[in-house]
Amino acid sequence: MNSDSRSLVRRLFEPATVDDVAPAAKLATYVLLSLWSLVVLTPLYWVLITSFKGPGEVDNGPFYIPFVDFTPSLQAWDFMLLQNNTARPYLNSIVVALASTVLAVLIGALAAYSLVRIRFQVKLAAVALFLILLVAVIVAVATFGAPWEIAVAAACALFLIGLFTLIGRTRLAVGNNDIEFWIISNRIMPPIVAVLPIYVMFQQLRLLDTQVALIATYTAVNLPIVVWLTRDFFAAIPLDLEESAQIDGASKFRVFFTIALPLVRSGLVATFLLVLILAWNEYLLALFLSNAKAQTMPVLVSAQNTTRGPQWWNMSVLIVVMIAPVVVISSILQKHIARGLLVGAVKG
Amino acid sequence: MTTTSITVTEAVPRLSWAEWLDRHSGRIMVMPAVVVLLCFAIFPLIVSAYLSLSRFALAPGGFTLRFIGLSNFRKLLTGSQQYHLLGKFGTPGLVQWLVLAAVAAGLLFLLVRYLRRKPTILGTLGRLLSAAMAMCLATVVVVTFAPGGVPGTVVNTLLYVFLGVTVQFGLGLGLALLCGQPIRGRNFFRVLFFIPLMVTPVGIAYTFRMLADMQKGPFAPLLQAVGVSEWSWATQAWSARLMVLVGDTWQWTPFMFIVLLAAIENQPRDQVEAARLDGANGWQVFRDITWPAIAPVAATVVLIRLIEAFKIIDLPNVLTGGGPGLATESMTLHSFIAWRSQDLGGSAAVGYMLLFISTVVCVSFFNFIVRPARRFET
Repeated sequence: MNSDSRSLVRRLFEPATVDDVAPAAKLATYVLLSLWSLVVLTPLYWVLITSFKGPGEVDNGPFYIPFVDFTPSLQAWDFMLLQNNTARPYLNSIVVALASTVLAVLIGALAAYSLVRIRFQVKLAAVALFLILLVAVIVAVATFGAPWEIAVAAACALFLIGLFTLIGRTRLAVGNNDIEFWIISNRIMPPIVAVLPIYVMFQQLRLLDTQVALIATYTAVNLPIVVWLTRDFFAAIPLDLEESAQIDGASKFRVFFTIALPLVRSGLVATFLLVLILAWNEYLLALFLSNAKAQTMPVLVSAQNTTRGPQWWNMSVLIVVMIAPVVVISSILQKHIARGLLVGAVKG
Repeated sequence: MTTTSITVTEAVPRLSWAEWLDRHSGRIMVMPAVVVLLCFAIFPLIVSAYLSLSRFALAPGGFTLRFIGLSNFRKLLTGSQQYHLLGKFGTPGLVQWLVLAAVAAGLLFLLVRYLRRKPTILGTLGRLLSAAMAMCLATVVVVTFAPGGVPGTVVNTLLYVFLGVTVQFGLGLGLALLCGQPIRGRNFFRVLFFIPLMVTPVGIAYTFRMLADMQKGPFAPLLQAVGVSEWSWATQAWSARLMVLVGDTWQWTPFMFIVLLAAIENQPRDQVEAARLDGANGWQVFRDITWPAIAPVAATVVLIRLIEAFKIIDLPNVLTGGGPGLATESMTLHSFIAWRSQDLGGSAAVGYMLLFISTVVCVSFFNFIVRPARRFET
């Protein structure tokens, strides 16, 4: 078809080729996408410029463009970063996020790998006995005031006796899929249900308001995600590579660390980044488990409201330093993080 | 053959530490994860169940726990705390009764349709539970929205979950369809649109409070021009809920967007081109090619979002503090507030209600939406 033979309207509303977009549709697309870009950027822009304002610039009405309608100052930055102790929560956040992510990825990847490669048979009766004893211990300690050391020891003894006598004869067993489903389904549990006992547990262990408590809890919370994602990466690597290594006499651990892990490197990076950001942003558990010493950034930021009233300029500094790392990481490494999300979503 | 059997018999007597490790490597590898989850999920879950059935009180030198059966739940569902969890019931008018009748009829229709095929006992029980849950939730929502009613935290949570996820899905799908076209700069938009998902929710909450400030926020001149500057969104139930939803949508639309975009890019290109050549318009291509291709992923992504949406606390807590009144309080926040006022039993009971509702809803969604959607996958 000759382009001259088409009227102007047709040229506007019909694509030139099948895999192209009509000019009018293209224009509409760009307008809509730009609108959403504005929606995305406005909050980020506003919090950034507010951090360079002082009380005067905030209170005397909105000012939009630095150097044009107000003079930016580093006053709030100086106040929050140098005079206030923001470094400590920041360091807490970094330590807790990094340590819990490393632990979660390591433990989760190990579990995922063994669930993919090794066949498990766990006797259903053993699981049932374990749960019954666990309930019994909790009831005994909570209602009858039994010392918990004795209760736990008695339960362990009973469990071992049961394991070696009765349970060996039962048939019903749970396999790999059940274990995997159980691990992943932990993510459905709202953390608020678990956090009260965890709080009491750390109180008893005198670990409340320490980084250790947060690291352990975050590891547990993010473990299901790691297993869920890495499982697929491991399942995708060909068996023969590992088999040849095993024939050469390498142990399962050796195969895991020297062959399987390097092969899923990019998947691990995706998982690591996703979990790292989740741990960095976590709020509810930190609210319960940390107080002053181990306070993380989200808790510090949310606490600003009650202690100082809305001093937007100072708050903005905190928000900027809190979200800057994740914004930078997620825009540079978007491909990797999105990969983690995609594996999770596409499989289910 | 003989040589191998000889080596094996020789190896058995001197079973070294390394060999034992290798033999049990599977268990050792999975054990840390199981132990961590036992300590931080199963054990707390059981203790929480116990807490929800008892009364907690501070006593000199510690605390006391007294077993009181289901009265924490009774208090929340029918007693003095009913207004908090379920809300204050209004008097349903004709419209409300009609809506309820429609929901009941729809559920009955689905149940009967299932029973007329080959029903199994487990399938029937599961469907009955899902239908009962849907009916209960629908009743609570309708009755508290009736004139004179005030919604409680269950209704707020459902609002965040269902309205929020619907809006986010719609926006995410729209943006993904726009970005899935062969246009220049799509990678730029992809990176940009992804950012909000990763921003700390607490930070989002404060930022939106700043943006929505009626006197000093960036939109204040606009609002003054319209003449609503005296009005404050934080004092009205619906505008406060809307603010929480706006913040939540800003954060979670990218999740839908990024996953749906990947699904759209994986749709069969040749089919799309063939349909275009045959003169199919955009809507027809979407309905007959794109949607069937992305439906499984769409169902899954909504499921993941549902699971996470039930846990919402950061935004309502920081943005509105749950107010005005209880208007924006989610169930997690309700549980947290009960904990702060030393009502550990009530707090655990609210947590368990949330666990029950979210599990039934998510499992139902998985069984009745995600599974059928995936069945069409080839």
